[in-house]
Amino acid sequence: MTATTPIARANAVAASAASTSAVAANSYAECSARERLAQLLDPGSFHEWLPPAERVMSPHLAQLGVPSAFDDGVAIGRARLDGRTVFVAAQEGAFMGGGVGEVHGAKLVGLLRRALRERPAAVLLLLDSGGVRLHEANAGLIAVSEVMRAVLDARDAGIPVIALIGAANGCFGGMGIVARCTDFVVMSDLGRLAMSGPEVIEASHGVEEFDARDRALVWRTTGGKHRWLSGDCDALVEDEVAAFRRAAIDAMEALPTARAVTLEALEAEHALLARRLALLDAPVSGDDALALWRGLGVEDAASVPDLDVAEVVALRTGAAVPEHR
Amino acid sequence: MTAIPPGLETLDFRFAGTRAVPAFAPVLVGVVGSGNLEVMLEPGDGGDCAVHVQTSARGFAPVWQAVLDDFHHRHDLAGVRVSINDMGATPAVVSLRLDQAVRELQP
Repeated sequence: MTATTPIARANAVAASAASTSAVAANSYAECSARERLAQLLDPGSFHEWLPPAERVMSPHLAQLGVPSAFDDGVAIGRARLDGRTVFVAAQEGAFMGGGVGEVHGAKLVGLLRRALRERPAAVLLLLDSGGVRLHEANAGLIAVSEVMRAVLDARDAGIPVIALIGAANGCFGGMGIVARCTDFVVMSDLGRLAMSGPEVIEASHGVEEFDARDRALVWRTTGGKHRWLSGDCDALVEDEVAAFRRAAIDAMEALPTARAVTLEALEAEHALLARRLALLDAPVSGDDALALWRGLGVEDAASVPDLDVAEVVALRTGAAVPEHR
Repeated sequence: MTAIPPGLETLDFRFAGTRAVPAFAPVLVGVVGSGNLEVMLEPGDGGDCAVHVQTSARGFAPVWQAVLDDFHHRHDLAGVRVSINDMGATPAVVSLRLDQAVRELQP
């Protein structure tokens, strides 16, 4: 959407809401995984591998007395995006928090390995996950590490891997690492990306360190605006399926081939992270996130949470982005 | 499949329907989340409508029977296999999901 004034935007939203049966159809966060696939890809183009009717399900959950899902919480397959063949996976956060179990992880790995053979224009990962599914313990941990390796193998073969993060569960734990192993991360301002989730930090370091119920704090430290300003995501978009579709198409066009996985790129990233950490070396008064944003050159850091996406996009400075990007 | 140990309850129902559904691709609606369920419809073997339920809420067989009786009265399906994974959905939610699944049936 290109509407710029609030009234024009409201009209555009009203018009698009009227054109679809459900208002939620516009919000990426409100969709289920399968609704995202239906709306983000070229209409009717998604061909699913291991669909629900094949019942490739968790071998662990029933033993624990927990209901399983026919697709183990992730749909994978081939589709078209703007006419080009892509491989795509969509995690369902409402099932076990999008947790990666043995089968769920194997489906992601299989998709990425098949990409090596069939060479789609890109692999899209629609992430919505708290990380490893703890019920499956070691099997889930191994699965996530295999996904990381498979992402890097795909990139090494020149196939771009694009992560889309804007669903309700965010992207945490092992899947947070997976996201940062990809070539390109698209986030909405509602999206969240981090390693340890808010509750985990509070449980291990105390509520004085991190109050997981403080939603503003959670979004200041993990949300899309923060990730954009600190250079951890490559595009910041509105919470609309159409915006994610546009950003994914743009990412494909910007990446005819994957970003090279090289020692130089890794060292540039490490240097950037060291510089960022140094920004917080001096004693910080008040909020860490605001201090970091100021350090990155955002003068009126306190206003960031109230700005809309387009305004925040304009605020990112060169200090946030490594040279190879 | 191995036997399901205590924790999940498995229920099976069968209804003699008269409304045969033409060949269709499997349909999946809903998500296995708290208070929610997923419903899958597939072409069945015979003329009956067979319903297989796995649920984390044990001891509600009579309620399932009543909800599925109502479903059968509404749609009277024949030759359809209904598979449900349930995480404590209320009867109203179950009925809505079943109706949603039938609406998405396409030849």
